[in-house]
Amino acid sequence: MTANSLLRSAAIALVVLGASAAPAFATTIERVVSPGGIEAWLVREPAVPLIAVDFAFAGGAVQDPAGKAGTANLTASLLDDGAGDLDSKAFADRLERKAIELGFRADRDNVRGSLRTLSENRDEAFELLRLSLTAPRFDPSNVELNRAQILSSLRRASTSPGDIANKRWWETAFEGHPYGRPVDGTLESVPTITIADLRAYTHRVLARQNLKIAVVGDIDAETLKPLLDRVFGALPEKPDLTPIENAAPQGLGRRIVVKLDVPQAVVDFGGPGIARKDPDFMTAYVVNHILGGGAFSSRLYQEVREKRGLAYSVSDSLIWLDHAALFIGGTATRADRTGEALDLIEKEIHRLAEAGPTAAELAEAKNYLNSSFALNLDTSSKIAGLLVQLQLDDLGIDYISKRPAMIGAVTLDGARRVAKRLLDSGLLVTVVGKPEGIASTTAN
Amino acid sequence: MPKILMLVLALTAASASAHAASGPEITDFTLGNGLEVVVVPDHRAPVVTHMIWYKVGSADETPGKSGLAHFLEHLMFKGTEKNPGATFSQQVAAIGGQENAFTTSDYTGFFQRVPRDHLKAMMALEADRMTGLVLTDDVTRPELNVVLEEQNMRVANNPAGRLGEQMDAALYLNHPYGRPVIGWRQEIEKLNRDEALAFYRRFYSPNNAVVVVAGDVNPAEVKADAEATYGKVARRADNNPRQRPMEPVQEAPRTVTLADSRVEQPSVSRYYLAPSDTTAKPGEGEALDVLAHVLGSGANSRLYRTLVVDKGIALNAGAYYSSNEIDYAKLGVYASPKPGTSLRELEGGIDAVLADVIDHGITDGELDRAKNRLIADAVYAQDNQATLARWYGAALAIGETVDMVRTWPDRIRAVTPDAVQQAARTWLDRRQSVTGYLVKSLQPEEKHS
Repeated sequence: MTANSLLRSAAIALVVLGASAAPAFATTIERVVSPGGIEAWLVREPAVPLIAVDFAFAGGAVQDPAGKAGTANLTASLLDDGAGDLDSKAFADRLERKAIELGFRADRDNVRGSLRTLSENRDEAFELLRLSLTAPRFDPSNVELNRAQILSSLRRASTSPGDIANKRWWETAFEGHPYGRPVDGTLESVPTITIADLRAYTHRVLARQNLKIAVVGDIDAETLKPLLDRVFGALPEKPDLTPIENAAPQGLGRRIVVKLDVPQAVVDFGGPGIARKDPDFMTAYVVNHILGGGAFSSRLYQEVREKRGLAYSVSDSLIWLDHAALFIGGTATRADRTGEALDLIEKEIHRLAEAGPTAAELAEAKNYLNSSFALNLDTSSKIAGLLVQLQLDDLGIDYISKRPAMIGAVTLDGARRVAKRLLDSGLLVTVVGKPEGIASTTAN
Repeated sequence: MPKILMLVLALTAASASAHAASGPEITDFTLGNGLEVVVVPDHRAPVVTHMIWYKVGSADETPGKSGLAHFLEHLMFKGTEKNPGATFSQQVAAIGGQENAFTTSDYTGFFQRVPRDHLKAMMALEADRMTGLVLTDDVTRPELNVVLEEQNMRVANNPAGRLGEQMDAALYLNHPYGRPVIGWRQEIEKLNRDEALAFYRRFYSPNNAVVVVAGDVNPAEVKADAEATYGKVARRADNNPRQRPMEPVQEAPRTVTLADSRVEQPSVSRYYLAPSDTTAKPGEGEALDVLAHVLGSGANSRLYRTLVVDKGIALNAGAYYSSNEIDYAKLGVYASPKPGTSLRELEGGIDAVLADVIDHGITDGELDRAKNRLIADAVYAQDNQATLARWYGAALAIGETVDMVRTWPDRIRAVTPDAVQQAARTWLDRRQSVTGYLVKSLQPEEKHS
């Protein structure tokens, strides 16, 4: 936030054109900068008397102190659990009386927050948000309760096939790197986190310079500006973040089988992806949509589910983190056909890497990804989430208007080249259950 | 154990103060063939949610054929004579749309979310598959395996899911709500194409369905498009009378215990038989909405505050009332113990909280807080056209009217403390309940049956 940005409140009209001829839709994103220099992206939509605020502080679980995995997660769980003069009960009472929804969570790279309020309760909502960010209490009884709840959920996860497969995948892919630590922490680490750790984490991470804010709904820029200063202005200017090394996933080519007595085996698979800022990213996004991007038309869905009935769900997605890029997918299938399902997935990945998509698949995928984008912009919550992500990814306030042309520019040659680049590195696979037809490459 | 859907809340002027916006203007009409159509305007984005709700669910299945309604839901994506194979799904994908479907005890729904200009095309495709489904064994057999994997995922792999099935079966002594919507596994395995088609012909008919269109649309145009598509489909079945075997007087509290070595966090939960949206007396369902909220929604609810915070014997606790059913609804309470607390002690704590509300009712402050929250939900829902479409569809699919949905906030406003206490006295009746224990093993101290 530099001083010369103080006066700007640029309004940029973003017209999203789908495959249809619908011309009317425009979402106007305003860059609002408060007198104190706090920036937020605003979409004003007065049709419904609600305000949605989403925000993120860069520095999530990767900033957990060594040996104290879960610090960010425990901190986030306590920010809305008593602040200022209001203990947990009084704080919850103030939220409930006005039906204000406030929540925080940590992911690998960010601490994220979300506020929802009826516009008539705006001032109360922003005040409670201010308190939660600047004066969280961390009362011992609340800390112990939240800790116990997290430990309970970790114990539950320790016998859940999906959680085991996911945890095993990440700790293998990022052994020795902060991304290999579970965001929620472990049964060993969570008991060691002290209130001093929570306070230290808050002071290090909740700052203005690493903060991105989006506001959507029944509020205008002039009303928002002083509220931004009131809520976020008292935070320290700069965070104190530990530098994190970039990393690539390890263990490619390995299949790790964890035995668990369940009828259905859960499978996670993945490999290196392509960075968000890489010129090939959008092509990779289109290629991944064709492979397993969640639509009923994807190759994995067709081959694994539609033709053979091997699974209820199968998909994969590109994951872009601040310090790594990945593609990760998953499925769940009966024990006696797990080997067959996994071989099929690997075959499809290999086939796409070698030959690329067909021209028809590419055209369909491009069309889908452009046309479907409007569906991401039909609720305040979805728009607020998108605006924070665009800021975290540093994509520019005009990204939404540029996106259709970026997807349109993906060529068949490019898709073939990037399919090879994306999908030809081998897979790290974790399987949990009693799978038949799969040999583990490590003892377990 | 959250609410399955935040059912049948509503949308009219929904805030305590004067300047809150009123909800959208709903249009409702019925075509000559009996199909009801509801239009919910939302002009903020050029998209539309198109849903069809068939008034048939798992409670309408023939005994021994559990899972058939849900299996047919899956098979509805296999194509028609006019639009063979995956034509429908491909058309949805080609315009960037989303689609899916769902089945409950009482209804089966299909939806697409698409750019608004494609609404009529979606109506034409949906009208076509109302009667034109073509099934071969080549597509039916793999899909049965898909459903079995869905059962594995939701139930077989999941101890809490298995306990829920056993509790439903114990709660209903006679009514088909005791059967799992997805079906009992050994019955799913035997379902076939001919049974699915017979079920389809018996229940999929315009007079047995409701279409909900929510989004950037004009009601007159929707009506014209509906006439031109759905209006051409002839009735082929009678209205589903929905007369199911009803419950006898329930006299004995039931308990079930599910033990699985994978259970690392035990829990106790209880279902009480309660009146549904269509069987409750005037004001009774709304009183139960408030009761469930005061008992178990949020950090200051009775159960959470007492068991988790004050007594410190639980890690979580709550309550819910899922009323969107035809014949009966469930009022549920649940809690997870802290390590060192037995389920018996925790259940005693739950019972004490319930007894206090039965004996002394709720406070005015609790009533106000619950009303504010429930009424605000109706405003929050306006932010999501798909949520609005679900509220209206779910209500109409069980025989409610648009007006009943619209006036729900007013009825919540009218709830009195006496009504809440009366609802608690009447319906928190152990004789009409089942209590379920999720445990690691049937050790003596955890054995409750």
